[in-house]
Amino acid sequence: MKDLFAVVMLSGIYSLLTASFFVAMDAVDVAFTEASVGAGIFTLLMLTTITMTGRYERAARHKPTLALAVVLATGGLLIYGTLDMPYFGDPQAAAHLHVAPRYIHDSMQEIGVPNIVTSVLASYRAFDTLGEVVVIFTAGIGVLALLSVARRPEDDAEINSVNDSMHEQHLILRIVTKILIPFILLFALYVQFHGDFGPGGGFQAGMIFTAAIILYAMLFGLSTARRVISQPLIRLLTAIGVLIFGGVGVVSLLNGGNFLDYNVLSDDPVAGQHLGILLI
Amino acid sequence: MLAHLPILQVIVPLLAAPFCLILRRALLVWLFALIVSGSAFLISITLLQQVLASGTISYDLGGWSPPWGIEYRIDKLSAYLLLIISAISTVVLLAARISIQKEIPADRHTLFYILYLLSLAGMLGIIATGDIFNVFVFLEISSLSAYSLIALGKDRRALWASYQYLIMGTIGATFILISIGLMYQMTGTLNMEDLSRRLPEVAQTRTLFAAFAFFIVGVCLKLAMFPLHLWLPNAYSYAPSIVTAFLAATATKVAIYLLIRFTFSVFGISFSFTALPLQTIFLLLGLLGIFVASTAAIYQENVKHLFAYSSIAQIGYMIVGYSIGTTTGLMATLLHLFNHALMKSALFLALGAVIYRIGSAQLSAFQGLGRQMPFTMAAIVVGGLSLIGVPLTVGFVSKWYLILATIENGWWPVAVLILLGSLLAIVYVWRIVETAYFKEPAASIGQVKEAPLAFLVPVWVLVAANIYFGIDTRLSIQVAQAASQSLFGVAP
Repeated sequence: MKDLFAVVMLSGIYSLLTASFFVAMDAVDVAFTEASVGAGIFTLLMLTTITMTGRYERAARHKPTLALAVVLATGGLLIYGTLDMPYFGDPQAAAHLHVAPRYIHDSMQEIGVPNIVTSVLASYRAFDTLGEVVVIFTAGIGVLALLSVARRPEDDAEINSVNDSMHEQHLILRIVTKILIPFILLFALYVQFHGDFGPGGGFQAGMIFTAAIILYAMLFGLSTARRVISQPLIRLLTAIGVLIFGGVGVVSLLNGGNFLDYNVLSDDPVAGQHLGILLI
Repeated sequence: MLAHLPILQVIVPLLAAPFCLILRRALLVWLFALIVSGSAFLISITLLQQVLASGTISYDLGGWSPPWGIEYRIDKLSAYLLLIISAISTVVLLAARISIQKEIPADRHTLFYILYLLSLAGMLGIIATGDIFNVFVFLEISSLSAYSLIALGKDRRALWASYQYLIMGTIGATFILISIGLMYQMTGTLNMEDLSRRLPEVAQTRTLFAAFAFFIVGVCLKLAMFPLHLWLPNAYSYAPSIVTAFLAATATKVAIYLLIRFTFSVFGISFSFTALPLQTIFLLLGLLGIFVASTAAIYQENVKHLFAYSSIAQIGYMIVGYSIGTTTGLMATLLHLFNHALMKSALFLALGAVIYRIGSAQLSAFQGLGRQMPFTMAAIVVGGLSLIGVPLTVGFVSKWYLILATIENGWWPVAVLILLGSLLAIVYVWRIVETAYFKEPAASIGQVKEAPLAFLVPVWVLVAANIYFGIDTRLSIQVAQAASQSLFGVAP
């Protein structure tokens, strides 16, 4: 495939299909994330890149036979591995019989959150989630470290003039976006605070927020977006986000429990759990 | 507070990292990072003492007992690794402030320290945890920060090197994740202890075989075992010197730890050594790695490249020790892990000092440095001797046990090949010595001063450790032996 535009579109479709697979497997949270990241933001960013670099790939210098062979071998092994798997949805499968029953039966009494996935993510395996938050933080810092080039004023001026001329042409798009953005932000907030009870949570909400911001930056120019969201503020916010999560853990440590043990946060264990998850 | 040490070991650097973003001033951040890494080192010493005195420590995160919650599990092997990594990190960090002044633009210093701490926390997390999914999460933290650290290199090629590492590393991590997923599907648990009990029931299934194969390939990508090593030389060469010294001494070690941990404690010895002809494959690849990489090292014109290839060869020795499949063999691997961390951090840090003064690591630039930077070059020579395995250095101790292990097994040809590999090491170390001591300095460079004390102190701390642990081998041997015996289930 030499046409990068088609490649991007195909990968977007791929993500959307994967997301529907996840829905079919009842993993709504993951599907939510996949749809917003894979099909949404990824495609958006790639399209922006293509507008800057050009649409067609240069002819490859080497033949991809070896790579293809490796991929085929890997795929073969994966299929070979599926031969002895338990059937899909089999209630006797090991995954449903060992740790899962406690999550399903007892999480309501122990944690008091109706969404079992949330209680697993935010309490039973909260440390993994903290780890994931740090992964995202790391990625953010990495990007900052590599891309934050000192800007020169003349560059800014040039970008502005290009932007202005481009944005004049997309009047309809701009107006539609202006109408849409408040709804997107509202939806993000809904996902964020409903995370306790339904699918969703901070990660997905963050994605939707980002989509809104990128959309805004694409249509109104980077400098306008920068005026709305200042960079130092973002840095501070990311650090504080991670620290809040970790801080919850440290507080429970000081109160005499183990790290991330919310039961000690409050006299009533269930209330403590609730508080902990909400803070996260 | 003592009971919380296992978690503090990891979250101190983990939470210190975002805190650096608030401090902002590079000097403050450096001091802060140094204190954090130092305290991680102290914690690891205490942990090792605790483990040696009273056996494995288990810590339930969130107060949920495993397998429902995540468990931190420190045994002798992990305590040993924690000590190595936090120690190296602290010493290397001492030299960081002065080294990155010349290699990284000033506005990125804070970010550099944050990434450094994250990488440290990630590696410590991989080692401390007793939960396989948690391993993956921390693997991501440590690798993502490692990619960005490498890309900070001054040379533009650092970006490409880091990108290659990113692709290879991500494939490795994905393979490990696939393996974790398959294992969860077959057993319904993610806890290592629990897995080792439940896996034998499904040992005959093809799914578990696939899980094992994916894990082995994934982790071999991460540890740069011979045919999968292609990302390593460039990544090490173009990264900032401090990053090279830190990662060369720690990153591949963590991957080897993972290999040992999964094959011994999760899959179980009897499964690991029979499911695939693992011993034969690893022995062949290990030996091939030693020879191919050592030969490649001889022909390098850049000293950083040279030592990077030598690292691949040293990994070969560890793999050979592992493939012997006896207590002594594994002990040799663990010893070499410790010793190689000491050698390579000393060597790469000394190279950092050279780069600080002359701005290049080309072999030709080393002409006459023996007289101009006597202390730095002496450090490189001692490190080189240790690489070869000369008596009174740490390199000798681990090679000694490796050869002992092969002879115990009656593998004479392997012992001879290991000795031949050391001869190749003599050749490439000699090339540096020859250039530095027996050639006149190039006229174009002019007068070069000795490296500043901020460099010499950490370098010589490491060199002294190279000699000290080569003579007084009690600590390293005692711990390595106890760890390898407990992995084989010989002693409690």
